[in-house]
Amino acid sequence: MPRFESVDHLTQYRREVKARLDPERPQVLVCAGPGCLPLGSEEVAEAFKEALAEKGLDAKVALKSSGCQGLCALGVRVLIRPQEITYQKVTVEDVPEIVETTLVNKAIVDRLIYQDPATEAKSAHKGEIPFYKNQQPIVLRKLDILDPESLDEYLALGGYRSLRKIFFQMTPEQVVDAVESSGLRGRGGAGFPTGRKWRICREAEGAVKFIICNGDEGDPGAFMDRAVMEGDPHAVIEGMIVGAYAIGARQGHIYVRHEYPLAVKRLKIAIEQAREAGFLGKNILRSGFDFDIKVSQGSGAFVCGEETALINSIEGFIGEPDNRPPYPAQSGLFGLPTVINNVETWANVPEIINMGADWYAAIGTEKSKGTKVFSLVGAVNHTGLVEVPMGTSLRQIVYDLGGGIPEGRPFKAVQTGGPSGGCIPEQFLDLPVDYDSLQEVGSIMGSGGMIVMDNTSCMVDVARYFIGFLHAESCGKCTPCREGLTQLKYIYEEITSGRGEMEHLTLMEDLCRAMASASICGLGQSAVNPVLSTLKYFRDEYEAHIKEKKCPALVCRPLLKYTIDPETCTGCLACVRECPVGAISGVKKEAQEIDQELCIKCGLCYEVCQFDSVKRE
Amino acid sequence: MPTKRLADQVKAPTIEEVGLYINGIFIRADSSWTVLQAARAHGFEIPTLCYHPDLPPEGQCRLCVVEVGEGDRTRLVNSCTYLVGKDLQVQTHSERVIQARRIVLELLMARAPAAELIKDLAAQHGVYETRFHIDDPEERCILCGQCVRTCREIVGVSAISMANRTPEKQVATPFKEESEACIGCGSCAFICPTNVIPYTEKDGIRTIWGRDFELQPCKVCGNYIAPKAQIEYWAEVTGDPVESFLVCRDCR
Repeated sequence: MPRFESVDHLTQYRREVKARLDPERPQVLVCAGPGCLPLGSEEVAEAFKEALAEKGLDAKVALKSSGCQGLCALGVRVLIRPQEITYQKVTVEDVPEIVETTLVNKAIVDRLIYQDPATEAKSAHKGEIPFYKNQQPIVLRKLDILDPESLDEYLALGGYRSLRKIFFQMTPEQVVDAVESSGLRGRGGAGFPTGRKWRICREAEGAVKFIICNGDEGDPGAFMDRAVMEGDPHAVIEGMIVGAYAIGARQGHIYVRHEYPLAVKRLKIAIEQAREAGFLGKNILRSGFDFDIKVSQGSGAFVCGEETALINSIEGFIGEPDNRPPYPAQSGLFGLPTVINNVETWANVPEIINMGADWYAAIGTEKSKGTKVFSLVGAVNHTGLVEVPMGTSLRQIVYDLGGGIPEGRPFKAVQTGGPSGGCIPEQFLDLPVDYDSLQEVGSIMGSGGMIVMDNTSCMVDVARYFIGFLHAESCGKCTPCREGLTQLKYIYEEITSGRGEMEHLTLMEDLCRAMASASICGLGQSAVNPVLSTLKYFRDEYEAHIKEKKCPALVCRPLLKYTIDPETCTGCLACVRECPVGAISGVKKEAQEIDQELCIKCGLCYEVCQFDSVKRE
Repeated sequence: MPTKRLADQVKAPTIEEVGLYINGIFIRADSSWTVLQAARAHGFEIPTLCYHPDLPPEGQCRLCVVEVGEGDRTRLVNSCTYLVGKDLQVQTHSERVIQARRIVLELLMARAPAAELIKDLAAQHGVYETRFHIDDPEERCILCGQCVRTCREIVGVSAISMANRTPEKQVATPFKEESEACIGCGSCAFICPTNVIPYTEKDGIRTIWGRDFELQPCKVCGNYIAPKAQIEYWAEVTGDPVESFLVCRDCR
């Protein structure tokens, strides 16, 4: 990799790389994203290497590990280019067949292609599968075709093109204007207009300014930032260079949690490559602009995703939030003006510069522009990463992209925005997903977690889970959040154990009101969303737990009751042998009985009974 | 209720003065003041708990919240950290403020039922009992952090800090072991508004934070002056020899 001394040099090199990378050359891309990696994608890649060598194809076919290819539920995923054939659930055993059938004989391995769960129609090509067809990827568009550790490939796909435009055709002020008029809003959760944040920081007094990339993604079930950092690290770096030029920062930090070791590794490799190529360092592309990036690792505290807590953590202090104002854009890292944006926000920036603000502003809704990446998880057939234009309805995401709910079970709720998001019921399935609509129904965009729930989920238990998570992750600095979450956790334990009272519900509402308005940071302020939204939309479930001491979804263990139907019980004693506490007794070949005093409600008898004689209510 | 310090009330106006409204009443304040300072200087009552005029405010207890802004665009902020601004509208006792304060007091009553200070403050706000669950009826610590800030800002040794997150939040020495940095001065125990930091003195030994400190007797009268470690710290900070601190203030 040469060190680029000028834009022309870069353009020349880009042409050479493109010429070198033959688009017709067969490529095998094995997904090494967060979903496929634990399913054994490394072993699959190794098997491809051997199989290709065996057929003498190793020189002809390029084998690569790519970033997340989406549709993680059906991993390990393999993409064959240039035909764009996508295989799913690939194991080491399938590899020789793929090589023989697809790479040698140019045919399709029928059993490894996508099949629609509803229509049973099969599709082999990416463009035909509803999961991919209905997306509009900007941030994720390179993830499945890019080798994340190759700068050449990034350059061949137009990488670092935005630098030419900003350094030689735009003033920093114009860059801020462009981002502002694109309508881009912070993808980390609060949705603050990115351009306005940059402007405040640009206009703040101070010779030294910083920019930070917030990669402290900590929501349970969310992995979009991780996928971008692992799969397309140069996009984040390129976005940060643009931002640094716009606000006049010389130093940037990427804050990543240490639970993301691969993201840390890939970012470090990418930063080193960018330095070697002269995209980072002194006098970038002879523009006279200096900028460099450092990776800072967090220890995985959820609250460190909050801007001021994150800054404290980088500075080496306890990761607790500060009172605002002053805002980081005025007084941030080391007391100096600082712009903090989330990974996804930064990754959007190069495209806004390349394609223009108007292009970006044409996507999405009136107040929420562009696309949003969601990690679609829970009770959907196609869990995975999706990127759709703002304003796409929940129904489209859950049913068209997500392929509906497994076994055709009824939809109950979708929780957006991570642990402090709200649960949205079926009546709002046609809600366009954007910042403002979600807020109106008591939820948040958050960083883009989306958990789908069906009728096997108890909404009281769901809220209990999230409150438990937030309680464990709350820093404990301010009284409303610390003591409030402690009390909410206690109340939920009471309700789900059958000790709840109707007064608890009023108390929760009172408490949530105070927490929302008086907590220091977003964690405490938004921690009330799972409580208030479930209280509003699923109050009947709370009442069933409290008044009837019953869990309608049969989830809350202490409220369950197991009995044996004497009519159908054959007395086979299978349940008696399973019961860990010896609560079942009776004569062999006659109906058995469960001692309710001894029963710990583990449900083993229910599972083991061959005659459906054990009843659960 | 913490006493109103003179410094709060008569801080002389300096270069810049701004006009703002507290409960609809126009007042003038130094632009460097917080809303709390301005309010108290003009006789408006705002309750505080973790605030101490000699310590940098950290806004942890959230009792001093006030509502700022106008119309639909209002929010609660800490008056102890929020700076005054031109034409700022402040409500010290709006319905939203009172609701938040009462809940904070109820929560603290549940957290530290044995803290008399909280009971008194709560009573002043019409809260006589808590609806929340009490875990430890003997608890008195309200996690206001005054001890931590005193140790860091006034004493300058940072022997104690806030440790852990919500489920286990507490004031502690690093790793809850004997702290090398502690000089046994007892300032933390002195400042504590609920007298919860235990320390004992017996036979010339002061025990605090699990460590024993030998006390230095006065060379003249024999009364104990301070822990030897503290006297050494004085010498280090001032640059004066240790000997110059071995006579108590009464005998000097």
